[in-house]
Formats: sequence, C-alpha cells, structure tokens
Amino acid sequence: MKTKTTKNLNQPAIPVKKRGFVESIKKDWSLYMFCLPGVILTFIFSYIPMYGVQIAFRRFNAKQGIWGSPWVGLRYFQRFIESPYFGRTITNTLILSLYGLLVSFPIPIILALMLNAFRHKRYRKVIQTVTYAPNFISTIVMCGMLILFLSPSVGIINTVIKMFGGDAVNFMAKKEYWRHLYVWSGIWQGMGWSSVIYFAALSGISPELHEAAKCDGATKFQIIRYIDFPSILPTATIQLILSCGSILSIGFEKAFALQNDLNLSVSEIISTYVYKVGLLDNNMSYSSAIGLFNTLINMVMLIIVNKVADKMSGTSLF
Amino acid sequence: MKKEKEVEVESKIKRCKEDVIFDTVIFIVLTILLLIVAYPLWWVIISSVSNSKAVSGGQVIWHPIGFTLKGYGEVFKDDSIVRSFLNSVLYTVCGVLVNLAVTLPTAYALSRDRFSGKKAITMFYVVTMFFSGGLIPTYLVVQNMHLLDTMWALILPGCLSVYNMIVARTFFKTNISEELYEAAEIDGCTQGRFFFQIALPLSGAITAIMVLYYGVGHWNSYFSGLIYLSDQNKYPLQLVLRSILITNESALQQAATTAEARAALNEKKELIEVMKYSLIIISSIPVLVLYPFIQRHFVKGVMIGSVKG
Repeated sequence: MKTKTTKNLNQPAIPVKKRGFVESIKKDWSLYMFCLPGVILTFIFSYIPMYGVQIAFRRFNAKQGIWGSPWVGLRYFQRFIESPYFGRTITNTLILSLYGLLVSFPIPIILALMLNAFRHKRYRKVIQTVTYAPNFISTIVMCGMLILFLSPSVGIINTVIKMFGGDAVNFMAKKEYWRHLYVWSGIWQGMGWSSVIYFAALSGISPELHEAAKCDGATKFQIIRYIDFPSILPTATIQLILSCGSILSIGFEKAFALQNDLNLSVSEIISTYVYKVGLLDNNMSYSSAIGLFNTLINMVMLIIVNKVADKMSGTSLF
Repeated sequence: MKKEKEVEVESKIKRCKEDVIFDTVIFIVLTILLLIVAYPLWWVIISSVSNSKAVSGGQVIWHPIGFTLKGYGEVFKDDSIVRSFLNSVLYTVCGVLVNLAVTLPTAYALSRDRFSGKKAITMFYVVTMFFSGGLIPTYLVVQNMHLLDTMWALILPGCLSVYNMIVARTFFKTNISEELYEAAEIDGCTQGRFFFQIALPLSGAITAIMVLYYGVGHWNSYFSGLIYLSDQNKYPLQLVLRSILITNESALQQAATTAEARAALNEKKELIEVMKYSLIIISSIPVLVLYPFIQRHFVKGVMIGSVKG
C-alpha cells in the first residue's frame, strides 16, 4: 500500500509517458549501441544456426547450400532411429550422464558440508586451494594424466599392482572400466570447484542459528542435518534441474579424448557421433538431425524436471 | 584478533563425545580427499624432473629420482610445441579482448533499470542457453563467412557467454548505482562517457574475474581448434598436446615391426615419455602460476553468479 501512495505522489514530478518504440530507442540509444556488438555476433553465430538447423530436413549438398538443397522431410530422423547407432549412442550417453549425475551431484554437497563444519581454518584453506586446482587443468592434460597414471608400462597404479604380485592391467583398453574412469576422473577434477557454490550458501547462514542450536545441546551432526542441509537445499535443487536439463548433452571434449577403438562400444556418445558423422564422414544433414533430436530431448527433460521440482519443493527455474 | 577470540569462545564450550568423534572423522576424510587430489599432481611434477629410466621403471613414487631437466629441454627444442604455445597465447589474448569488449558493455546496459530494451535483449540471450543450432549448422555459418582456418573461428562464435554476462550484470547492478549516473548526467555526462570513465574504473574486480574465466576457457579448449583449423601451423597448444599425450601412444606401439626399428623407437618412446610430464607442467603453467593469486577472484565470481540463482 505504502509504495502505491508514494508512486501516486511522485507521478506529477516525473511524467511517465508510455513511449513508443522509436522514442525509447532515441532515449536509450547509447545503451542500445552498447548491446549492438553482442547482439549482432550472437545473432550470426547462434540464431542463424538455429534457422540453419533445417538442413536436418533437407538433403544437403555444398553446391546448392543450406537454402537450396531439396527437402526430404523426416528421412534422416528415421534413418537415425533405425540405425544400430541409435540405441547404442543414446544408451551410452544416458548411462554415462546418469551415473555421473548420481555421483557428482551429492559429493560436492557433502564436501561443502564437511568443509563448513571443519574446525581447523588454516588447514581448511589448504584443502580448498588444492581441491579447486584440478578444475583449471585442461581436459586434454587431465586425460593425458589419466592415461599415464593407468598406463600398463609406466603407470603408478600398475606399479603398485605389480608390487603386490598382480598382473598389469591395461585399463584404457578394457571397456568395462571406461565409464568408471570417465565419471571418477570427473569427480577428481570437479568436486572441489562444484562445492564452492554450496560453501558460499553455507557461509551465508547466520551464526545465531548455530549458536542457538549449540545452546540447546545439538551435536555437530544434528546441526548439519537440521540447519546446514535444509539451507542449501534450494541451491541444490537449482543445480539438479540444470544438470538434468543437459542430461543428453555430455561434453564432447573428454569423451572424445578418452576414446579408443577398444572402448568404442561404451564410449561412443551422441556428441562424438555427431562430430564423426558430420565432419569426418561429411554427412551434414544426418549429423544435424541427430543433433536436433538430442536438443529436443534435452528440452523435454528440462521442462519435466522443472515441473517436478516445482511441485515437490517449490523451487524452479522458470 | 577477531578470529582468535572466536576460537577461544568455541573452545570454552565443551565438546561432547559425539562431536569429538565427528570432528575426527571429518578430519580423516578430508585429509584422504586432499591426498587423493594432490598426489596425481605431485606425481606429474616429480616425474617431470626425474631420470627417464626411473620413470619408465616405475621407481618414481614419492620424490624425484635422478634429478634432470632434460624433459623440459626436449620440449623447448620441439618447434611445433613452441609454435602452438605462442599460438595459444595469441588466441587467448585476442579472444579475451573480444570477450571483454562484447560482454562488459552488454552487461552494463542490461544492468540499467531504466533501459527500455532490457527485457527483450535479456530474452534474446536466454533463448540461446536452451536452444542451439548444433555443431553442423554453426560450422556451416563459420564456413560461409570464410572464417575456417583463421583464429576468428575460435574467437567469434563464443564471444559472449551468457553465464559470464549475467555475473557481470549482477556486479554492475549492485556496484554502479543509478544515482551515480544521475549525478553525472546532471553534470552533462553521456552514458558512453560514464561507462568508460566512471563505471569501468570502478569495476576492476569484475573485469579481473571475466579475464580469468574467459582466459582459462580459451587456453584449455581444443574442440573449436579441432573442428575449425586444418593448418597444423595454426594449431593451439591443446591440439598438439592431444597428439602427443593421447593419440601418439597407440600409434607408436603399432609402428614397431623390425628389431632395429623397435630399438630406435624405444629410445624415442622413452624421450617422448619424459617429455609428456614436462609438457603437462609447461602447458598448465600459465594457469597454475596465476592460480594461487586468482583463486579469490574465481570464487568471488561464483558467489556473484549464485546470487541470481
């Protein structure tokens, strides 16, 4: 109510006219100029490709270009669904990302809760600094390290295995290990950095809550269970929604770097397949159709998860 | 002073038995985690300065054996590595400059409450977070603009990250008040001048964060190089690293057929083996040397970003 009256009082002082489009541009032209470079570049490199995605419905050939190639309808989608790669790439992608989500979602939360409850402040700083560091190593270097680490000839893991009298295992060539390697190396690299956002949320909790709980005789575990955990739940929900929305869009870089002929049956995921079909085999329309299919599933997932989260916890993205 | 007091107060409250157990468990778990994360990094460092025989014999476990910098020397002797390192520096510097030139003005404009285009332009960007044309249509656009095999193919398509823009926007919103602009406006200052002479100098922190986020991104990426560049002389460091660290291993093992070739190959293999560790260190140096100093800024960026979420 109060704000309304002040608004009414203010009205004569600042005449609020409904401005037309042209007039508003005139008023804010310098701010529009600020946005111009970004808008132009984003239009070229994001919006034109969105329009260009129609090559998924055309038989693309370089001569006629995107706009001149003949329409073929859903032929490429049908081809993908009927091909043996359909089941394989989608299953691989789903297993990899669900496994990854299952592990990489709770671990940073647990880490942040532990760090927050940790008594030695100096030592905590050291732990944070070290666990954040791998996040800044490039994918290639990380995969290179992984390969060296597990190498049957020089790798430290196999040295230890041999020390105890076992036989060296060529981990990278065994497809049953591939998913675990992919997911757990991701944890190694990302757990510290992913915990930052939760740690930030935790440090926002007012200390009075903790003190009051302590006075009432709460143990540390109870404080975490009844104060810390509930207060980071909204942050966690948002993170969960976001990661569910990208469940079929596992990054290309790492999977591709860890691929070899021996593990291809578990390591071929949608994004690497799109790359191979499109740029190595030069089958651009087919590749776009697969990519588009992937985007659509992601959209649907995001909407569903968002709805569910909204119903269950009242937290949602939109 | 304040910290000491805090500790004192805490220690006066007697910890119950459960808490002592709890603290010990946390201490042990976190220490184990610390070792798990730190050991691989340490292992690469000590291997990079150890004798190649000791490394391939698996003797290097806790500390360097037969200290040598030969691996580093080999890296600097290799033309393609040096060239790609310089390429990466060039791409990163130019890329970050373009990123800043596009991101900061956009973020500033969208942080102004009275800006009439705010809603529409924000929508324009948010859409790109959820839809995308995908790999091939983007590739075709780059191809049609004749950007293939130029560094602009690595820089322009990702010139504005929506997430970074939102972080910067939040910063401008909270730190550069509308009143400040109004005061300047009365003195006859235009928006453009205000941004460059007043807002930007007050925004050192966010500029640093943006430089770091974008810079690390450019330095570490190999995907755009892989798809857009075909001239080996233009390869960024990560692509050359990929051929040495990841693809080469299998190629070398297959190539050995005769005994003589195998011996020569073994020697070369050992050299490459040593080079790998120093290469990892050298390629990570630009980021890792800065890292202790910039960690604070990185974390701050996450926090600014999380305000919105």
